[in-house]
Amino acid sequence: MEQAELKPGDVIKRHRLSTRIWHWTNALTMLVMLMSGLMIFNAHSRLYWGDYGANDDKAWLVIDDAGDTGFIEIAGVRVQTTGVLGIWKDSEGEVKRRAFPYWITIPSGYDLQAARRWHFTFAWILAVALTLYMLRSVWNGHVIRDLHIRKWEWSPRHIWHDITQHARLRFPTGAAAKDYNILQKISYIGVIFILLPLIIFTGLTMSPAMNAAWPWLLDLFGGRQSARSLHFIAALGLVAFFFVHIMMVLLAGPINEVRSMITGKYTLPGKVEPDLEPELPKGEPA
Amino acid sequence: MTNSKLVVPRRKFLTGAALGGSGLLLAGCDALTENAGFRSFLRSGEALNKGAQRLIMDRSALAPEFSAADISPIFKANGSVSGDTPAYNAHVANKFADWQLRIDGMVRNPLSLDLAQLMKMPSREQITRHDCVEGWSAIGKWRGTPLGMLLKQAGLSTKARYIVFHCADQWGPGVPYYESVDLIDAFHPQTILAWSMNDGVLPVRHGAPLRLRVERQLGYKQAKYVMRVEATDDLKKFYGGNGGYWEDAHDYDWYAGI
Repeated sequence: MEQAELKPGDVIKRHRLSTRIWHWTNALTMLVMLMSGLMIFNAHSRLYWGDYGANDDKAWLVIDDAGDTGFIEIAGVRVQTTGVLGIWKDSEGEVKRRAFPYWITIPSGYDLQAARRWHFTFAWILAVALTLYMLRSVWNGHVIRDLHIRKWEWSPRHIWHDITQHARLRFPTGAAAKDYNILQKISYIGVIFILLPLIIFTGLTMSPAMNAAWPWLLDLFGGRQSARSLHFIAALGLVAFFFVHIMMVLLAGPINEVRSMITGKYTLPGKVEPDLEPELPKGEPA
Repeated sequence: MTNSKLVVPRRKFLTGAALGGSGLLLAGCDALTENAGFRSFLRSGEALNKGAQRLIMDRSALAPEFSAADISPIFKANGSVSGDTPAYNAHVANKFADWQLRIDGMVRNPLSLDLAQLMKMPSREQITRHDCVEGWSAIGKWRGTPLGMLLKQAGLSTKARYIVFHCADQWGPGVPYYESVDLIDAFHPQTILAWSMNDGVLPVRHGAPLRLRVERQLGYKQAKYVMRVEATDDLKKFYGGNGGYWEDAHDYDWYAGI
């Protein structure tokens, strides 16, 4: 189909089967990884830079409680978070002094070992699915055709134009909506090729056996505790992506968007022009 | 259009659905955590991790070693900070003068060695990072007797598959701490029974008189207050049968390389 012929209302094939399978596998896996990861974080809710770091060392991030107040402290700046972080009530109304609350952790009650089992088993699904998807996407041309950022797209004017259009909630319609825009490309490339590999490799760097097998990991990330910090920051990056992603789906038409990720079929958005055929010029024989 | 009227209930619906969904998800995950079948699925990760790590790691690949400048100013003492039994306290009072390490089990000639004898043997010094399962790390300097050398001296049986470490610290009446490693880790060059820490005598809070260092695994494998080293062919013969106190009491992974 020629791109020029596409108009709002046309149904196109948007997402390949590999993309759809990976999307939902990954969505579930990431949720498990995040929630079990926050439980693991609860076992020691302090982050450091460098090789080592424990309670007597300087932490750049601390989530803790002091008396009746919970707080998060980042680079020495303390913000009160009572009820949500540091000190909160569980589903039975019992006061708990842990960093992240029960409603966002797996399991919901403090259990480091169970969380580790969830985390390290689903980590395989995350890593294997990502690797397969990367290979498949290079192989079937998804990367070069859909995600590859063209030279002209890099122009600051173009990027700025896209940012202002997004900020005004004006999204591409018709044929223009067929391809990913520059902001989408940057986010998808950022997640698939930067954030997810970063979170996998910083995760591996925390393993003492991996440090013996691949010592270069420590050099790459600046030590085990730096890797732990970067792992947490990458997770925050993925959470930020998730919220923007969901917001965009809601704004762009959730039913059409979600359907496209299930069936692959996508209706090009925009005002559908009335069909021109009945408006035949007058005076002509029908 | 009545779009705005439509949007609000939909948003409310979505919020409700999301909250309900997350509640269901949490309940579901907790139920799965308790489910025997799912637990064994989760456990498969441990075997996979051990297999994969052993596959890519040379048997004698060394854990990173650091310089004196990298040593933690304060090395956190975690878990037991004393043997805290009358017998152990008597040893502390006596500076371990009457104390002896017993090496037995599946060995041809069981050994009993006092601290002075251990210190006279060839030793290894290493500055390594200690990684707690909780997430923190501390760097310290250890000196001790290579475990592999002691096992050779005791004539380890070819039938032995694991080395069990019996410790003086108790985690309840009749629940002593113990740990175990397989022979790959037992004969690893950095696996030592340390009697010195940071150039001094090994302090009580860090496991005096003897502490295992098995540097490619997490902190709970680094048994403190080691009294007896026993070679065996089966971990099921000991206590809960899972090869260690935390493994028995809290279902921790026996292989703690990750």
